[in-house]
Amino acid sequence: MNSDLLVYVPGFLHASWLVFSITVLVIVVSWICGLAAALGKTSSFAPVRWLSTFYIWFIRGTPTLIQVFIVYFGFPQLGLKLSPFVAGVLALGVNSGAYVAEIIRSGLTAIPKGQMESAMALGISRRKTMTTIILPQVFRIILPPLTNEAITCLKNTSLLSTITVMELTLYSQVLIATTFRPFQFYIATAVIYLIMTTVLSQLSAYLERRNMRSAA
Amino acid sequence: MTRSEQPQDGTPLLKLQNIEKSFGDVKVLKGVSVEVERGEIVAIIGGSGSGKSTLLRCVNLMEVPSAGRIEFQNFVAEFAEGRKNKISGEHLRQLRTQIGMVFQSYNLWPHKTVMENVMHAPMIVKGVSRRDAAEQAEQLLARIGLAERRNHYPSQLSGGQQQRVAIVRALAMQPKAMLFDEVTSALDPELVGEVLSLMAELANEGMTMLIVTHEIAFAREVSSRTLFFDQGVIAESGPSKELLRNPQSDRMRQFLSRVLHETY
Repeated sequence: MNSDLLVYVPGFLHASWLVFSITVLVIVVSWICGLAAALGKTSSFAPVRWLSTFYIWFIRGTPTLIQVFIVYFGFPQLGLKLSPFVAGVLALGVNSGAYVAEIIRSGLTAIPKGQMESAMALGISRRKTMTTIILPQVFRIILPPLTNEAITCLKNTSLLSTITVMELTLYSQVLIATTFRPFQFYIATAVIYLIMTTVLSQLSAYLERRNMRSAA
Repeated sequence: MTRSEQPQDGTPLLKLQNIEKSFGDVKVLKGVSVEVERGEIVAIIGGSGSGKSTLLRCVNLMEVPSAGRIEFQNFVAEFAEGRKNKISGEHLRQLRTQIGMVFQSYNLWPHKTVMENVMHAPMIVKGVSRRDAAEQAEQLLARIGLAERRNHYPSQLSGGQQQRVAIVRALAMQPKAMLFDEVTSALDPELVGEVLSLMAELANEGMTMLIVTHEIAFAREVSSRTLFFDQGVIAESGPSKELLRNPQSDRMRQFLSRVLHETY
């Protein structure tokens, strides 16, 4: 890289930090929505089941970009005006939640019925059985697909360039508009994304190895 | 050690009256009545699909009967066809903390160590402190000779060891009665003995036990009474030593010769 390009390094670092913090928040929203929808789908109360099913069906069946536009451009018409940052986190989090719900559901079906039964037979309540016996086991099983989903979340933050969030993608576009060096800047941007996703998958590989000790 | 010192007032510990259970159109139990005294060991035998496991699962309401009445100490529940037979979660848990159950497939929790498996329910159901739960778990594990395996995970134990841990996990709740659902059926033949001798030990200590089993020799030696299930009813019953040597009905004779044959 030419030395005159080095002046852009602090800007890139700042934009990368924004990508990182958006991703963390998106994952938090996504796990909450995903867990709620996954458990909602197994609820004995029919309307909750329908709502969960509708949520997953709608989110997975429509483009993520359209969902971002609905939240940022559409919601103000209903009186809900959100900042680009908040709208972005909300849209991407709710989007990813539908995929996380399906991941959790597949994990739940992988746990033998006897695990639930032995807990219930000891008088453990349904809620405690879920939180102390079933979900910890589910989490181990779904860690790899959950990592893939986290990586997707990270990459999807680039969609927020369309609603004026000054993250990595929009930052490089702005620089390209003034420097006319699309090749260098887009390659640099791609490399930064690559570093972040690699760190994420390494982290999950480490967690998986640590969990292997007690795996059945 | 977990012996229940209840006043012997003459009433049975467990009373099942006309228990019926249907799964869809299939009637698995067609009116079964059993009374079990404190300290009594009852063996339940019968072919697959005869309803013996279903009856056992009705005792602690892992299956809710379609009809009938269950009494266990102060717990009373009545069930009737065409009614919503719902029992409150609190009631259900109270019953289950007093009746231990052991399953064919052990069902230890693989993400918890042996020690944690035994400590978990007393801590979160009864609010026993971590220290007391640990102390009790140590004692129980020492009793089955697995104290030095306390920090192993279930997958690192043999089937027989896992099943014995499952038994003491149930004992940790200090139950008044224990239900055993074909607990040796999934074990390699050479591991069956260690589980049966633990059960015989409990029987000697006065634990009230209902045992669904295919181990006829064990039933004859350890249980005081045997119930033979056939097509959803108790077809024959009586003192184990007599009944298992000298069955009255052809069906039971056939069943016994089949089972005894299979074990050799």
